[in-house]
Amino acid sequence: MNASSTSTAPAPAPLSDQIMIQMEHVHKWYGAFHVLKDINLTVLKGERIVICGPSGSGKSTAIRCINRLEEYQRGRIVVDGLVLTNDVKLIEQIRREVGMVFQHFNLFPHLTVLENCVLAPIWVRKLPRKQAEEFAMQYLERVKIPEQARKYPGQLSGGQQQRVAIARSLCMNPKIMLFDEPTSALDPEMIKEVLDTMVTLAEEGMTMICVTHEMGFAKTVAHRVIFMDGGEIIEENTPEAFFTNPQSDRTQLFLSQILHN
Amino acid sequence: MAGSYTPHPDLPPPANVVGVPGWVRRNLLSSPLNIALTVLALYLLYVTLPPLLNWALFNATWTGETREACQTNGGACWVFIQVHFDQFMYGFYPEAQRWRVNIAALLLILGAAPLFAGRVPNKLKVRLGLGLLVIYPIIAFVLFKGGLFGLPAVDTRRWGGLLLTLVIAGVGMTAALPLGVLLALGRRSQMPAIQSLCVTFIEFWRGVPLITVLFMSSVMLPLFLPEGMNFDKLLRALIGVTLFQAAYMAEVVRGGLQAIPKGQFEAAAALGLGYWKIMALIVLPQALKLVIPGIVNTFIALFKDTSLVLIIGLFDLMNIVHNATTNPEWLGFSTEGYVFAAAVYWLFCFSMSRYSQSLEKRLHTGHKR
Ligand SMILES: Nc1ncnc2c1ncn2[C@@H]1O[C@H](COP(=O)(O)OP(=O)(O)O)[C@@H](O)[C@H]1O
Ligand SMILES: [Mg+2]
Repeated sequence: MNASSTSTAPAPAPLSDQIMIQMEHVHKWYGAFHVLKDINLTVLKGERIVICGPSGSGKSTAIRCINRLEEYQRGRIVVDGLVLTNDVKLIEQIRREVGMVFQHFNLFPHLTVLENCVLAPIWVRKLPRKQAEEFAMQYLERVKIPEQARKYPGQLSGGQQQRVAIARSLCMNPKIMLFDEPTSALDPEMIKEVLDTMVTLAEEGMTMICVTHEMGFAKTVAHRVIFMDGGEIIEENTPEAFFTNPQSDRTQLFLSQILHN
Repeated sequence: MAGSYTPHPDLPPPANVVGVPGWVRRNLLSSPLNIALTVLALYLLYVTLPPLLNWALFNATWTGETREACQTNGGACWVFIQVHFDQFMYGFYPEAQRWRVNIAALLLILGAAPLFAGRVPNKLKVRLGLGLLVIYPIIAFVLFKGGLFGLPAVDTRRWGGLLLTLVIAGVGMTAALPLGVLLALGRRSQMPAIQSLCVTFIEFWRGVPLITVLFMSSVMLPLFLPEGMNFDKLLRALIGVTLFQAAYMAEVVRGGLQAIPKGQFEAAAALGLGYWKIMALIVLPQALKLVIPGIVNTFIALFKDTSLVLIIGLFDLMNIVHNATTNPEWLGFSTEGYVFAAAVYWLFCFSMSRYSQSLEKRLHTGHKR
């Protein structure tokens, strides 16, 4: 399950100082339960962040706030210069620029792979169908499954489905990609094909936030690793420093558990 | 691993489990209890079937013009149906204008036939389906009602028989489904006002018998309307039936909506699709597919419930048959009449049921996940 063998590390391109995502003092409660406690995070254009932490620590909730799949009660989030509000049109505008890949793929089972990919470009970006299909085929080639275009998701393996899900997001030509444990629901032999796809994306300079426990992937691809526990960001560091010299006890404990499995 | 190969002796062939003898053995004679049940069933058939066939077929009278033609050998007299057939189909629709109904029926058959064929491309089917839903009702209404394009007007009070049954059922179905979908969406809405409005509506209509609704629409509604304003009786029945069935449809659709995982909504939302597009393109196609049996069940119930309009004096198939059996010239033929009516209802309901099964099979797109 080590992704370091999947690819050479992408050359650390100099980051621009353009801020893509800014989370400021974000708090969220489920009823009385304080899920997110003062989350602060700045992501630059082209930056790749890996978020890890124990189950239930609020990782999913945190990234789902960025495209407003979850609402939050306090704080401010700015995505590509747009301040998130309750305005539906604004939220839709932000979602167009932010792709998301889910743990359980969430492909649309009643549509073919190609239809899954062209749906949003046609209905949201208003692309002509022909153009959307050409575009989608390019992305399906990039995730290496153009031959499955006419099949239904139910006929594909988990790894193939997840690559379709990535292609589906890319078809919207997003500026940011969010990954929520994209390989956790996969059998071990399929993890590599999905990670390879993500590494390729990283090499092309996509701004990415990945919630993942694939530490090999974090080492090769991430600019920064963030460790969350109990709804808080406990530690934030470069991959080298994070893995060789974790600062807090909780990080050390988590790493020892993860790396021994 | 050395050693010579000695083949096993051939096994005897298995007991016959294929073909008709195999089927009989497996399904009818597989255990003593099964044998006993088979014998009992055969006995019951022996007791009931011959008299039934004698009545309906062998001793029946098939030709003739009048009641005098009927033989008195205990068989059915289908002359009764033959003589009244046109009335059963068109009600009191003027004879000279019945060609208009025939043309509308022909149009419907021509328009709907490609929907049932396997080879027709889906795109064409969708267009045809939309045409049938949107344009056809207008054409049919103009044809039936007249008063336009030089067609003499025919008052809705004269519509009757199977024509009226199909009008009520057709309008009821095409209006109750979309209305039911909206109500189901409203019931699951985040907005409290819309939600409670939909819940109230659904629970009200589900709580009253259709017969009460029809009574109220014909007796009470006129009390609230200004003097002289005459609300078409058929229109009132249509509204009553539609709202009533929409409430049931809403609950069927809601069941389907609940079965769609939240992830489907989230994935679509994350792509930037708005609420209505998510519903129309992602959630409803899956949800409706899941509840096809429930939808068809509601349609079948609606089709049969149309017969209740007889209590407000509309002459649908059921009422017109009933009316004919009370015709002094033809007293004593109510069995034939009701058997005929039942057969027509059954034909339509059974067809709907079969169509839903084939539709479910066709829309299946491989296992989930
Ligand atoms: N809809 C919800 N209602 C109440 N609690 C929730 C809900 N969704 C998540 N939680 C809780 O919030 C916490 C954080 O969840 P999540 O962000 O999914 O964690 P992670 O992705 O790090 O495993 C968990 O303790 C979870 O039980
Ligand atoms: Mg999670």
